[in-house]
Formats: sequence, structure tokens, C-alpha cells
Amino acid sequence: MLDISSHDVVLVGGGGAGLRAAIAISEAAPNLSVAVVSKVYPMRSHTVAAEGGAAGVRLADDSLDDHAYDTISGGDWLCDQDAVEVFVKEAPVELMRLEHWGCPWSREPDGRIAVRSFGGMKNTRTWFAADKTGFHMLHTLFQTSLKYDAVTRYDEYYVTRLLVDDGRVQGVVALELTTGKVQAITAKAVILCTGGCGRVFRFTTNAAIKTGDGMALAYRAGAPLKDMEFVQYHPTGLPFTGILITEAARAEGGYLLNKDGYRYLQDYNLGTAEPKPVLRSMELGPRDRLSQAFVREQEKGRTVAGPYGPVVNLDLRHLGAKTISAKLPFVRELCLKYEHIDPITQVIPVRPVVHYMMGGVHTDLNGATPVKGLYAAGEVACVSINGANRLGSNSLPELLVFGARAGRAAAAYAAEQKPPARHLLAQALDEEARLQEQFLQKSGGREPIADLRDEMQKIMEQCAGIYRSGESLAGAAGKLHELQDRFRDIRLDDRGHLFNTELISALELSCMLEVAETMAQCAMERTESRGAHQRTDYPARNDEKFLAHSMTYRTTEGRPRVGYAPVTITRWPPAERVYGR
Amino acid sequence: MINPTEYLPKSYHTRISTYWWLTRWAYLKFILREASSVFVAWIVVLTLLQIRALTDGPAEYAELQKWLQSPLLLALNAVSFFFVVFHAVTWFNLAPKAMAIRVRGKRLPGLAIAAPNYVAWAAISAAVAWILLRG
Amino acid sequence: MANRITLEVTRYHPAHDEKPRLEAYEVPLRKEWVVLDALNYIKDHLDGSLSFRWSCRMGVCGSCGMTVNGVPKLTCATFLSDYAPGPVRVEPMKNFPVLRDLIVDTSDFLLKLAKSKPWIIRKVEKPLDEEYFQTPTQLDAYKQFSMCINCMLCYAACQVYGLDPLFSGPAAIALAQRYNLDSRDQGAGERLDILSHHEGIWGCTFVGECTKVCPNNVDPAGAIQQYKLTATMEWVKSFVLPRGAK
Repeated sequence: MLDISSHDVVLVGGGGAGLRAAIAISEAAPNLSVAVVSKVYPMRSHTVAAEGGAAGVRLADDSLDDHAYDTISGGDWLCDQDAVEVFVKEAPVELMRLEHWGCPWSREPDGRIAVRSFGGMKNTRTWFAADKTGFHMLHTLFQTSLKYDAVTRYDEYYVTRLLVDDGRVQGVVALELTTGKVQAITAKAVILCTGGCGRVFRFTTNAAIKTGDGMALAYRAGAPLKDMEFVQYHPTGLPFTGILITEAARAEGGYLLNKDGYRYLQDYNLGTAEPKPVLRSMELGPRDRLSQAFVREQEKGRTVAGPYGPVVNLDLRHLGAKTISAKLPFVRELCLKYEHIDPITQVIPVRPVVHYMMGGVHTDLNGATPVKGLYAAGEVACVSINGANRLGSNSLPELLVFGARAGRAAAAYAAEQKPPARHLLAQALDEEARLQEQFLQKSGGREPIADLRDEMQKIMEQCAGIYRSGESLAGAAGKLHELQDRFRDIRLDDRGHLFNTELISALELSCMLEVAETMAQCAMERTESRGAHQRTDYPARNDEKFLAHSMTYRTTEGRPRVGYAPVTITRWPPAERVYGR
Repeated sequence: MINPTEYLPKSYHTRISTYWWLTRWAYLKFILREASSVFVAWIVVLTLLQIRALTDGPAEYAELQKWLQSPLLLALNAVSFFFVVFHAVTWFNLAPKAMAIRVRGKRLPGLAIAAPNYVAWAAISAAVAWILLRG
Repeated sequence: MANRITLEVTRYHPAHDEKPRLEAYEVPLRKEWVVLDALNYIKDHLDGSLSFRWSCRMGVCGSCGMTVNGVPKLTCATFLSDYAPGPVRVEPMKNFPVLRDLIVDTSDFLLKLAKSKPWIIRKVEKPLDEEYFQTPTQLDAYKQFSMCINCMLCYAACQVYGLDPLFSGPAAIALAQRYNLDSRDQGAGERLDILSHHEGIWGCTFVGECTKVCPNNVDPAGAIQQYKLTATMEWVKSFVLPRGAK
């Protein structure tokens, strides 16, 4: 029952990066056939949830070098500076392209595109569409993509493995959700645009679909995962739901207050408490430092006890109804809907929440991974422009810049390749047999998916969170290993083919376990503190040994093996990260 | 062995019931509004009948008046009056939806578009009443 | 508040069910839980085979539209406690073919959306270093219609769509209107040719339920009526004005 189809380039994932890549290919090489294979309809992709904005130099008093410096210092010097230079140069062009495609950017009274301030940026350069920037970008990209006939969509297809032959990736095997049919989709090049893996943690802003599928696919196919120990906690999530309250709330002038109503960030080397927002200072510091300050404040007993653990208060009341309604309508809507709180008159309880993976599949400036024919862009990839801590509003332009670059590079590569070999079908048949044996026709099975997932999320939060130690990480690694074993005894209630969401959950869980293991392993081996990776047993940065990217490979036994690769430094030698001064 | 027919996509199509408009007040209101057109048409026919009777002479007109006083016609016209008012009110309330009028960049609130309709309605009714009732 | 509530959930598996049936599940009733949380509780702890779509659980991805006690709702934004003491009936969205349990086939919308050309159409393009100025007022003219998350609740509420599946439907027309009203667009004429027919804007009888169920105040009913007005004006113009003058 295997179906076969063939395209020149296959994109896995239909979010911002995937759609940008699809359009880039269609514009660069209109004769190439492009497939967008996504486990959800493209407009459901998690780009939709990005709120605050997209950074790109725009004003006369700003410069590309300033944006580069903010990004590199924000990333605690772990960014590849050649990549950052490319990124800051192309970001404004890509954002303007979206303007031409109809993105409803917020405007100045005279009609020019407006920009707002953002955390960790010393100039104002964040383009925004109120506080639903990701939503508008994704829908603009999706609607624009509809006009390209060369783009074929495989909506609600879950990719279970990459087809690799002769050292080259030559397609994917995918499960059509509606029917359960296994489909081989061959291609001359494959681009992974599947986003991050926030769901390995319990408390996250990430949508249910963000389960590290692409990272696991690449890792299993032999590509290294880079800098996986760097997990971004966003300082302001709503308790219980983990819904994000955008950084724009602080950029517009919101305060973070402890239980005494005190702006506690001034105690953590982040500047002095001015009434108006000051760039690169206090509430506009970088996300890693703000989340770490929360933990320290909690240790001092100065956080507010809430029904879902400690929180601090985000105070927007002094901004007034007009600013909140015009600039932060979604924040207000979310607070009203989920917390029954009106930020115009009440403070918002918030706490740090897992938000973004700085790490991902290792790629070069064109999205190419070390495995021939395999490309990656967006959160799934690590180019790296985000280093040890991503700056807010850099991820949206990243998926445009590197989505487009990967698309063009893959198109050029595909144009020179021969059609995929027929014998790839044997691999696809193997995969179909594996899915049957491991899941659908397996007898018995005792481990419920939800239990394994809960245990994984709990151990990751406890042991690999904002602060980690060698001991806690070793505990996590051991537990994850155990969970991997128990996964083999997984129990499915649903053995049917039609829209088997339980089977998909099981496949996603296997990806998450694999990715979580790489995170614990390289966090254990990085015996220093840098950016979002804070070791209680190694509190200082160690440039001598660790000004390097961790590269995690999968051994033949399926275990992670960590190596290191140098960081590219062009014009900004490593220095101290200074905020609030 | 997998049964190949299992892979065939199949789906369940629900049919809308003939009485769907009874399931919710909003739907019923919609159907009543659509039905009100019949009564609006009846008022038009009635007016035409009155004009013909007038041109035919006083005897014919008196006969029509008498006919109109029969209980059946009174009941019909009472119901028609209700529906015509219902039609007018719902029509005026829908008007703001269809018209997005902007004044100095701000969209006029719905009330500002509906209100003039009501005012005109009241004014014309008052004028008609004045003509009919003054002597 | 009682601490448990019953959910009556539609179950349907095309391979062995003739038609959908309801199954009751008892779940904890927690004040911060939405209907989606209850469904996830069922899937995780009571019956792993229950199938439904969801993703962002913050009302912006548009995946989790269902019928809750007869009304189209995003289940991630519908609080369980509002239905206490229950039972709460959770069914798939109406007017769509049911594929499995709470999952419906919405692929028809994607085809209709693409047909209504929801992208910027222009005769001449500016180079990329220039922007199209757009004042906040011009932005405001279409902004409301750009807020559509494609959740399909409006189709589930639309009786015209239920009776005539060929009808373009509320969201597709609202999104066409979103581009028509965008000061950067010149494609209104092309879209009018596509949508000004009896399966397009003229199919709408203005029940107005689409607007009522929209979780983002997009007002598709308004979009369609305004579109009808525009179409009528264009039609009148085509008589009054000499050829080529419009």
C-alpha cells in the first residue's frame, strides 16, 4: 500500500521558514517542483504564535554593526559572526519583501513602517504588526504561497524518516494522517523547517506540535545537532497555561515587580530603575539574564506565591488604556481570556517559561547540513546567529533570511542532481514495516504514552532548567536512557490507520526523547556557564575551553557523542556582557 | 496482513435537517425576517386595491372599506403590520454591517448609521399621521 | 463547584462505525481548564484512541474548532466551568464531512481560499528598497479582516454553506475583501469577477451567524455585505459610465 511521488525539493514543515523557502525556490527556479510536507495545515504552524516583532535595521541612527553587536553580545559570543553579519544585512530586505507581499505592519502616522524597542537591543529596530506579528507574517506567507503553481502541499502528512542513499538525502517517508497510508516522497534535496522542541519541557510557550521531529530526523540520518544545551526561558509566561506575554509589553514600558512591588532587576546588574524604558537595561535586558534573576529572587523568598508556583508581577497599568489597546491588544485579550485579569487595572502574574531552542541541526550560511542534500532553516537549524541566548525579535527575521537562503541553495543543488534512485523504495517499504511492527501490530505493551511524556518533561524541567549542575544533568541523562528503554514497551489504544493521532504522539515522543538526550548530554559536558546555560557547579564562562559549538552525533548504538567545533569570530572579540550601563 | 480497504478515506456527511431553522432563535429570527417579505408584498397589493377602488368611485371604495373591516382581514393586517415593522427594524439594524463609512479615519459606529434611518422613519410616519389626522 | 463533570464526546471511526455516536467520559472539573484540557485528559488517561486536532492552545492557530453544546467554539478558549454542572456535549464542527471522532475535513476551504486570490496583486512592482506607505487609517480599513485565523467556525455556523457546499463561504470572502481594501493592492477587479456570482457573495443570505461565532471579531458577514454593495456599484457604473472609464 505504498504510494510514491516525486519532486525536486521537499520541504518538511510549512511554517515561516518552510513557506519562505518554498517561495524562494519558486522564484529562483520556477521549473522546479516543490513539495511542502507538514503535519498540520501550514497556517497552524507555530510561527503563528510569535507576538512581539521582527528585528531589522531601519532608522538612520541605527547600523548593521549595532544590530550585529547586540546579537553577538546577547548570544554571549557563541554566535558565528559571519552568519550574524549576513543575517543583519538581509533581515531588513526580507522584512521589506513581506511589506510588498501585504504584511500589515504597524505604521507611523505618515504611513512609514513603525519600529519598537526590544530586549537586549541598543537601538529601536523591531518591526511589528501590533502584537500578532508572527500570525500576520505566517498568514501573509501562506496566502502569498498560494499563487505559486509549482508548490504542491502535503497537508497533514507526518514525516517518519529521511531517505538516504549513497550519502545523499533523496526524499522522505511520510504518513498521510487521514488515511494512514505510507507515502514515499522522493526529491533531489530536502529542507527541514520543522521548528523547535519546547515540548520536551512541561512548562512551555510552545504549541503541541513542537516536538523536535526535524531535529530527530536529521540526527538519525547522521547530521550533528549543534549547541543543544542552550534552551531559552522567556521571563514572562502566564502560570498554568505557559501562554507567552510578549517582550513588547516591557518594551512599551512594563515593570517587573517582586512581592514587595520592587523592580528587582536592579539588584542583578541590569541597571537602575528609571520610570521610562531604557534600551539594554532593566526590563529590556536579555531573556537569559531576566529568567535567571527570577530564580535568584525566588531563592531570596521575594516572589509571589501563586497556585501554580512562584510568580512575579508584570505591571502595565501606568501605560494607560490607550497604549495597551493600540500596541498590546493581544496581551490584553490573553489576560482577559485566560487569567480573567485586565492589565489596564491589574498586574499580570508571570514566570519564566521554556520558549526557544538556540541549538538545532548544524548548517552553514546557506542552510546546508553536513549530510549532502539535506538543508535546514528556522528554529530547527543552528546556523548559528543565536549563540548561547537569542535576542527577542531575532527569530522571525531569521526564518525569513535563512529560509530564503536555504531555498535558493537547495534549488541550485537540486538542479544539478540526477533523479533519485528507484531502489530507495526498499527503504520506504522497510519503514512501513517498522511502523507496523513497532506500533500498530505489536501485541501487549504496558507503557502509556502520556506517562513517559510526563516523566520526560518533569525530569527535564527539574534537572536541565534555568540552572543545572553536573549531578542534576547526570540524573536526567540516566532517566532519559531509562525512558528510551521503556519506550520500546509502549502501549497504544489505537491500532487503526485512519487519523491515528495516538500513533503520531508515539512517534513524536520518540523524537523528543532522542532530542532530550542530546540536550542533557552536551549540557553535562559543557562545564562552564554561558548565556542560557548556567551551571551551578561551574558559574563562570570559560572561553579558553568552551568558546566552541557543541556538536552532538548519534552513535551506531543510538547514544549521543559530543564533539566541539570552533566559533567564527570576525570583528567582535569575546568580551564581558554589559547591560544597564 | 493489512486490509487495503482500511486505507480508503471515508467520511460521514451530516445532512442539514429541513427544520434547521427551528434549532436556534437566531435562525428562526432569520427565517421570520425572510418570511416577512410576503407580508410586505401583501401591503403593496392592498394599497393597489385601495387605489383601484378609489378610481372606481365612492361605492366601490365603501365596499372595500367594509371588506377590510371583516375579522379575517383585520387579523391578517394586524399580523402584516407586525411583520412590516419587524422587517423595517431588522433592516435598519443590519444597515451598519453593509456600510463601512469612515469619517476622519474612524469608522462610524453602527448606531450612527442606524439612527438616521429610524429618525427618517419616525419623521415620515409623523408627516403621514399629520396629513391623515388633521381634519 | 462539583469536582467532576461529564463530557459527551462524538466518536466515529469510519472503518467500523456506520455513523457517529456519543460516548460519555467523566473528567475532573478545574476552574482553569478549558474544554480542550478535558479532551486531553481523556486521551491521556481514559482512551488514547480519541482523535482531535489541537496545537497552540492560545486561540491563534485555529486548529481546535468543535461544537460545544451546539455552538461552534474554539475549545482552547472555552472554559469547562462555564458549563457546570454539565454534561457538556462536544461534537465535530457542523457542515464538514467527519473523518474521525472530532476531526472534520476542511480541505474544501483551502481550495476556495486559493481561488479568491488572497495575495497582493499589482501591475508594477516597486524595488525592494522602497516601501508602500500606508497610513494607520489605511491600515485600519482592512485590518479587521486580516485577523482571520482560518478556524472554520464561521463555516460551521453558516447554513448556506451547510445547504450548498459550493458556496465560497464567510472566511474566503472576508480574506478576499481584506486584500481588496488594502491600499497596496490593485486586484479588486480580478477578485470581483471570481466572487460576484451566486456561489460567491450573492449566495449569502445574511443570517449573520458567522460574525457571531468568530473568535477574532473579523465580521465576515459585514465583509460580504460591503462586498455586495461594491459589486452593485460596479454593476451600476458599468451602465452609466462609458466603456473603460471605471
